[in-house]
Amino acid sequence: MSMNAIKYDDGTISYPAHPRGLEGGEPVEEIDLTERVAEVVTWTTSTATPPGVRQPNHLAIVEFEVEGQPVRVLGQLTTGEVEIGDEVRPTYVEELREPGAGMREPESQDWDGYRFEPTQ
Amino acid sequence: MDRVAIIGASMTQFGKREGWLRDLLVEAALDCLDDGGIEPGEIEHLYVSNMASGEFEGQTGVPNMLAHDIGAVPAYTQRVDQTSSSGGAGTYAAWQSVASGVSDLTMLVGGEKMTHRSTAEATDVIASITHPYEYKQGVTLPSFAGLTARHYLDKYDAPRESLGKVAVKNHKNGVDNPHAQFQKEVSLEEVLESPIVADPLRLYDFCPITDGSGALLMCPESVAEQYTDDYAVIAGVGGATDTHVVHEREDPTVMGGVVESGKTAYEMADMGPENIDVAELHDMFTILEFLQSEDLGFFEKGEGWKAVEEGVTDRDGDLPVNTSGGLKSKGHPLGASGVAQIYELYQQVRGEAGPRQVDAETGIACNVGGFGNCVITTILEAAR
Repeated sequence: MSMNAIKYDDGTISYPAHPRGLEGGEPVEEIDLTERVAEVVTWTTSTATPPGVRQPNHLAIVEFEVEGQPVRVLGQLTTGEVEIGDEVRPTYVEELREPGAGMREPESQDWDGYRFEPTQ
Repeated sequence: MDRVAIIGASMTQFGKREGWLRDLLVEAALDCLDDGGIEPGEIEHLYVSNMASGEFEGQTGVPNMLAHDIGAVPAYTQRVDQTSSSGGAGTYAAWQSVASGVSDLTMLVGGEKMTHRSTAEATDVIASITHPYEYKQGVTLPSFAGLTARHYLDKYDAPRESLGKVAVKNHKNGVDNPHAQFQKEVSLEEVLESPIVADPLRLYDFCPITDGSGALLMCPESVAEQYTDDYAVIAGVGGATDTHVVHEREDPTVMGGVVESGKTAYEMADMGPENIDVAELHDMFTILEFLQSEDLGFFEKGEGWKAVEEGVTDRDGDLPVNTSGGLKSKGHPLGASGVAQIYELYQQVRGEAGPRQVDAETGIACNVGGFGNCVITTILEAAR
């Protein structure tokens, strides 16, 4: 499982991948985010979670700096003990949500990925 | 281009209803026909705003079913799904059908039946709009609101209480709306002490799960007086999208779809925020009222919370917001909510809002789908 930001031919970088970038650019490069650190932009702890999701579910939007650009990613946190501005890093999880528990067809997407854990 | 008039409107009681979607749609449709003094056979186009009847109750093909049930066959029918903004999108579609000259009499009926599902199931149906990457994180619409609220409060140094005051205001307005799901006031203390749903937001920062329906009748303004001299006009309407993946937005506190749809609606109406007398904003979560009031140009970015604190958006304020009680108090039956927003403005600009009446000749409705993913903004004005 990778967590690759996508660089488009207009120079923009974002995550996750799209067939075209927000400005219509074509993807030209994948940039691995898994060995980088990011900063917490905002976070929440969700207590009313849908089927197949851990309860409570700690979530954050974090920001990586990639080639001088901010690249934001939403993801689960390993803990609710975070603050805005904290530094986090990705850590692999085999199953972020139980496939088939919710209404999404299990085979239609992958279910593993990365949570963010504080570096301190 | 002939402008489009609204010559009839209705909404059902919102809340936990015994009937199913079919019953709710028929109730609103027949009430609307009665309000407009129209026979079913006169309808040329019939639009149904609905997000998820298949997912919620296993009923699809709803527009044709409604046309048959109310005696409107052979009217052209079409379902309009734009998630939570389906009602606004239906308004846009119905407006297009008349403004284009294709239909001389169009009915829009919006509705949703949700309360038979558990909160978790309903949350999952709504969250199924998310990108696969977001869905596997277990993200919900309320959690987007929690993330955005924390960022907003931090970025603009706004007090947590200001969000609670949105709920207090809208519940107070809902007391005078006989169609509202909650016709009771709540105190700021109750809001701030209610259970956490998506930190820092609590139960009373969120709209309820709701059953309900609403309907509108539209015709060219040039013939409106053949039906009634008490009509309203759609002066402007605009629709726009923002990113599907919410975290890809440059500024999490800006809803680009609100900005863009508002610009289009203002331009069509030849108006600006200064011309608007009353607003129905999509307060599915309290934070959304701040964002929309700013992104529609009523207040500077980061200042919307101050307007609530100062009473500007109260019913007796300079810009009354959500006189209906909003989604917060009135309820949020997904496909009906945008229609009910127009219903409230229709009553306000015609001076028929009863105890909720404010001094209004113009009104704006902002109907938001997803977390700002799709937005419809509509401006109504009284007949000249």
